[in-house]
Amino acid sequence: MTYDESTLEKLKADAAEVRGRYPVERSALLPLLHLVQSVDGYVSPDGIQFCAEQLDLTAAEVSAVATFYTQYKRRPSGEYQVGVCTNTLCAVMGGDEIWKRVSERCGVGHDETTEDGKISLERLECNAACDFAPVVMVNWEFFDNMTPETALQLVDDILDGKAVKPSRGPDEVPTFKEVSRVLAGFEDGRADQGVGAGEPTLAGLKTAKEQGWTLEGGAK
Amino acid sequence: MTELVPVLSDIWDQEQSWKRDTYAANGGYTALKKALGLDKADLVQMVKDSGLRGRGGAGFPTGMKWGFLPPDDGKPRYLVVNADESEPGTCKDIPLMMANPHVLIEGVAITSYAIRCNHAFIYLRGEVVHVYRRLLQAVREAYEAGDLGKNIHGSGFDLDVTVHAGAGAYICGEETALLDSLEGRRGQPRLKPPFPAVAGLYARPTVVNNVESVASVPAIVNNGVEWFTAMGTERSKGHGIFSLSGHVKRPGQYEAPLGITLRELLEMAGGMREGHELKFWTPGGSSTPIFTEEQLDTPLDYESVGAAGSMLGTRALQIFDETTCVVRAVTRWTEFYKHESCGKCTPCREGTFWLTQILKRLEAGKGTEADIQQLLDTCDSIAGRSFCALGDGATSSIISSVKKFREEYERHVTEGKCPFDHAASALFTYSSDTASDEATTEEAHA
Amino acid sequence: MTATDPKAAVDTVTLTIDGKEVTVPKGTLIIRAAEQIGIDIPRFCDHPALEPAGACRQCLVDVAAPDREGNVRPFPKPQASCTMTVMDGMVVNTQHTSEEADRAQKGVMELLLINHPLDCPVCDKGGECPLQNQAMNMGRPESRFVDVKRVFEKPLALSSEILLDRERCVLCQRCTRFSKQIAGDAFIDLQNRGAMQQIGTFDENVLDFDGYSPAGPAAEDESGRAFSSYYSGNTVQICPVGALTSSAYRFRSRPFDLVSSPGISEHDSSGSAIRTDHRRGKILRRMAHKDPVVNEDWITDKDRFAFSWQNQADRLTRPLVRKDGELVEVSWPEAIAAAAAGLKAARDGKGVGVLPGGRLTLEDAYAYAKLARLALGTNDIDARARAASAEEQAFLGSTVAGAGLGVTFADLEKAPAVLMVGFEPEDEGGVVFLRMRKSLGKQQVFTAAPFLSRGAEKLAATLLPVAPGREAGLLDGLVGDAFEALEADGAVIIVGERLAATPGALTAALKLSQKTGARLVWIPRRAGERGAVEAGALPGLLPGGRAASVAAARKAVAAAWGVESVPSAAGRDVDAIVAAASSGDLEALLVGGVSPSDVTGLTDAIDKAGFVVSLEVRRSAVAEAADVVLPVAPPSEKAGTFVNWEGRLRSFATAIATDALSDHRVLDLLARELGVELGTGSIGAVNAEIAALGAAADSHRPKAPTAKAGRAPKKGDVVLASWHQLIDEGALQDGEPYLAGTGRATVARLSPATADRLGFAEGALTVTGEGGEGVTVPAVVTDMVDDVVWLPTKSPGSWVAQELRTVPGNVVTVKVGA
Ligand SMILES: Cc1cc2nc3c(=O)[nH]c(=O)nc-3n(C[C@H](O)[C@H](O)[C@H](O)COP(=O)(O)O)c2cc1C
Ligand code: SF4
Ligand code: FES
Repeated sequence: MTYDESTLEKLKADAAEVRGRYPVERSALLPLLHLVQSVDGYVSPDGIQFCAEQLDLTAAEVSAVATFYTQYKRRPSGEYQVGVCTNTLCAVMGGDEIWKRVSERCGVGHDETTEDGKISLERLECNAACDFAPVVMVNWEFFDNMTPETALQLVDDILDGKAVKPSRGPDEVPTFKEVSRVLAGFEDGRADQGVGAGEPTLAGLKTAKEQGWTLEGGAK
Repeated sequence: MTELVPVLSDIWDQEQSWKRDTYAANGGYTALKKALGLDKADLVQMVKDSGLRGRGGAGFPTGMKWGFLPPDDGKPRYLVVNADESEPGTCKDIPLMMANPHVLIEGVAITSYAIRCNHAFIYLRGEVVHVYRRLLQAVREAYEAGDLGKNIHGSGFDLDVTVHAGAGAYICGEETALLDSLEGRRGQPRLKPPFPAVAGLYARPTVVNNVESVASVPAIVNNGVEWFTAMGTERSKGHGIFSLSGHVKRPGQYEAPLGITLRELLEMAGGMREGHELKFWTPGGSSTPIFTEEQLDTPLDYESVGAAGSMLGTRALQIFDETTCVVRAVTRWTEFYKHESCGKCTPCREGTFWLTQILKRLEAGKGTEADIQQLLDTCDSIAGRSFCALGDGATSSIISSVKKFREEYERHVTEGKCPFDHAASALFTYSSDTASDEATTEEAHA
Repeated sequence: MTATDPKAAVDTVTLTIDGKEVTVPKGTLIIRAAEQIGIDIPRFCDHPALEPAGACRQCLVDVAAPDREGNVRPFPKPQASCTMTVMDGMVVNTQHTSEEADRAQKGVMELLLINHPLDCPVCDKGGECPLQNQAMNMGRPESRFVDVKRVFEKPLALSSEILLDRERCVLCQRCTRFSKQIAGDAFIDLQNRGAMQQIGTFDENVLDFDGYSPAGPAAEDESGRAFSSYYSGNTVQICPVGALTSSAYRFRSRPFDLVSSPGISEHDSSGSAIRTDHRRGKILRRMAHKDPVVNEDWITDKDRFAFSWQNQADRLTRPLVRKDGELVEVSWPEAIAAAAAGLKAARDGKGVGVLPGGRLTLEDAYAYAKLARLALGTNDIDARARAASAEEQAFLGSTVAGAGLGVTFADLEKAPAVLMVGFEPEDEGGVVFLRMRKSLGKQQVFTAAPFLSRGAEKLAATLLPVAPGREAGLLDGLVGDAFEALEADGAVIIVGERLAATPGALTAALKLSQKTGARLVWIPRRAGERGAVEAGALPGLLPGGRAASVAAARKAVAAAWGVESVPSAAGRDVDAIVAAASSGDLEALLVGGVSPSDVTGLTDAIDKAGFVVSLEVRRSAVAEAADVVLPVAPPSEKAGTFVNWEGRLRSFATAIATDALSDHRVLDLLARELGVELGTGSIGAVNAEIAALGAAADSHRPKAPTAKAGRAPKKGDVVLASWHQLIDEGALQDGEPYLAGTGRATVARLSPATADRLGFAEGALTVTGEGGEGVTVPAVVTDMVDDVVWLPTKSPGSWVAQELRTVPGNVVTVKVGA
């Protein structure tokens, strides 16, 4: 392994915490792979080996898992993972056009990274935000109701090194590594940032209130 | 006119709706305290009596599922909340947990108490970091307030909750694949039997329930069975979140009694977008056969939707107007299933691989009449043959769309191209010539 | 009726399949029930020895079953018959009687074929391929798939021996399930997802990972080798298509050109059933032959791949006699006459020592034993070409020889607890390991060893740490969990042949067995060891466990052999024979299949002995130095019987008929020339004689050993630990570079404390024994007993007997670096 001593110590300490969350240690594998990405920016062979050692698995067993899930990257990922939803609903609502324009602007295709290492581009499957279509995700933070213009502005800002703020999410999109650490189950203190709900989320509630529809029997 | 019933969504518009304080100020966690004073068997019976059915898609009665657990043998048993929400069109659990994670956690605590579980897991899809933050924080808050942890509210009941992030795999929503994934494996479905109730997580008795199912429990405890059964239809009781997306004026989450119709919901959502009309829609996500305007008045409950030839699924109403090419829509869904097929069984792995190639050819105007039949034949080799329901789901939109829109498939063949202007479907305007080479956009994911 | 009553009623279930009624035990899978009445349901992922997967969906059938009210209701969709268990009153309709099932199966077949290459003509599996056969039966004449097939770069080497053509793979997961469930070697697994899912190791190039290759303890072994499993060849055999092939067999032959002969593997004491496939006298491959009582479905890679040793260029076909210092080919009569003359002279002088080696059949060993006593007038015979002791001989004579079938494979599987002493299940046990692993989680395993080997670890064994040589003390003082576990009904203590080098260990094992009630079984390594013990090819043992030192026993044997008497002088054991030959106290040696590198000092002894006769398959080092060389047949070219460690007779017929002679026939000729009718000219004659002799009366047996434990080494001394790894440089693995490539890397091992004391951090160690030159090998700090250094016995660069001239348990000198 090529981790320096302090990195390795830190990784081991974090891994111990992750393992401690589960009655059976092997459950820690998914978070540990996220953890490895938070250090290396992708699942490196070193990271595979680290996980194997932590959980007493073979490297083949670890790569079997790492290669099953799309969030695990096999080569260094950009600082910002920009994903355009091109599943049916978003694609039809304009996601295909957004993808095309963003891809042209970045000069890279699916699962490729810009030369400056800022952006890795990805075509996304449905991200459970269809009422906000078309959707773009940056490091798994929601950018709702996008148009080609807003999407291009978004990637330009990222390429220019400007902080970007999701529609629903923290005040500023953290880096891929930072986000990976959250996915490993380590809080980053940003939970209270951002809104609780976007407008579509509240559409029904708003209608009910406007109509004066209150719950029978004064529930809750 | 059916009225909306904001039960789960009631405090979503409040300031910091995700905080425990906000939830508690609105009556949150009173149900937990009440439940802890009740007999466990009575709680299970209450949920059985309520008629609550799983909100994750299959609609299996929740109380009955809890009742399947074998008698307590003193060893661990688990509750696993399915928060994987990855079915195209489905977008209810994620906003719920973003806006009010505590209603889920209260449901988890009550459910765990009822089924004698001391360690519950929430398996959240990995691609929603902010929701994960909120869940992690909410669990921490709940521990701090004594809603979780040791001797909860002096009841002697202990519960730990672990929130676990997945890593991008739709199949992990299938409950046994989810369990494998939670155990640190590839998310491939398991053989049943044994069912999770007998041998689930770590081969111990396990209940797997959808977020919305579990989150529905506190209100039942607080308001009683009758309150719940007053909503809904004969065999589909209570309330559910209906997610409208697509070509409607006000897409979003509409919490309503089961049995509401799309016509009613559309009206509340302001109707179709200006100047357009309904062409086709999914009642419950991309795995459910598509409907058209003919089913506008079909009550959206399990039985009526089933009788009309589809499935209520997750009440994910994806609505498309007349500008939408059905072949394009179906092709994209099929690519999704190909991308998400876990690879375990032949029909799904190879079948979706083949279907995608045929559909892409057809969509690009390079297909033949025979291809349409081949599509149906291939669907026939997948549906009912695959290891889990993913394979079945992959065929739903194909079979139903060929049945309802065969002439549209044929036009692609006879005209040698897609007869639709894709730009017309978009929610923003752009010049359509940029769309012409769309079919050649690189394939989503290798 | 008790649960152990073999006739106890099993719960049965009666169902109907294709209109035929069948009654089977509860829990039977539909596919197995169908097999019982001759109905074949096509399948790929199903394998009776593996847990069901239900992955391929080829076995779909129509099923109807009674509901709670007893109405037989059809399932809405076809069901996988390989995963569904039978129910009373179930009605199953397979492809033969159900259109729906037939359509479902045809659909699956079509899907399996869309991405399958059309390379049957060049595929090894062609002609014996389930996919090919089923495609012929039910496939469409023409593919409707006109699009782009999945392609992969081909083939991938999973190891030097196992190759994978991914595009042929149907992803049945038999290989991965075997590796995980049976062998415990999860070196291959499914990789990627969906349509790109494939079998593989962690290969960063194949999987497109960026970065360094892993190395270190998490890599598959110290060498970082992938898929170095001792059982990997089984995956090739169970792969239902030609996706997995072996380097050794790839492109060598077509199944219809081959003649298959059943046989028994010569590689270890398990007596695994094999099938030898040969063409025009040449072996092309060997496979596992299913044998439910011994090896079940599996064999080791050594059993499977190590066979070309006998067909190397140095294979002997004609007798040789040394003339003017050179070995020259002569006729059989001339060679026999020369051998007899030399042996006669020595016999009449100071005597002849006989070293038959541990790889012989029962019949061959018997011929050596009888020839030594009758024609050479000596008890100086020892088949143990390894560490041996008088204590061991007493142990073998008192408890092993003539004991018949003792602990069996089945007993081992059922044992609630097993203690292994001086025995490594994977390295020295082969399929013994697999049988024990079947009981993983149900059986408590303890291993008295300096460290937890990989094999022991895979059995979830508890380590009872002990330095070699100190086992007696450990066994004598055993208390606690291990002791209690051994008191359970059916518990077993396994002792390995290495214990011969530890004074008092076998004595202590016997005592422990008496104290706990656990059954004791001796599992030696070589295929001929048990047979040699039975045949009396040991100095103090006559056939059937009779003590050569007991007059009545000698008398009984003499009577059976029709002679006045058999020699009474105490015989020399292997070490004494070597010493005597070196010092001139013996004038001649008669040597069978012994590698001089396995017996310290044997090379010198052969040099010094006045006259040496070698019976060999190949021109070995012994043959090179011999005065007369008599060629003998390798196992595939002869018939005979191996007695496996269970005491089970494993007879086999000639697979390939040649004019090569078995040892027992050659010895018969030799004896005749020496004026003695040995009566070992045929298998039948030998077996009749052995049967007539029977086992010894108790009073004719040697007494059980009562040896004392040896003395502890001095403080600061480092003691040698060593055993053979399964894949190593043993003579019977010659000529198999692909197999050798899957062997574990040679490393020395020492504990952290010992490493500290010696100032070792990383790199190599040089280990020297009493007289040898020593070896220098890379070392790994291992969690193990202090003041011990472990070396593999005969792995590349580490030939302990030859280079260290010592045995485990002795003190060695360890130096850091070269
Ligand atoms: C391919 C597939 C994907 C699924 N995805 C989800 C999901 O994301 N969320 C969910 O709750 N259930 C999902 N399910 C259904 C679950 O298997 C299971 O029925 C459900 O979680 C049970 O919870 P419930 O009874 O509360 O609905 C999926 C099923 C299949 C076959
Ligand atoms: S390599 Fe052979 S045994 Fe392994 S999954 Fe593929 S077809 Fe099955
Ligand atoms: S043999 Fe039954 S599914 Fe493969």
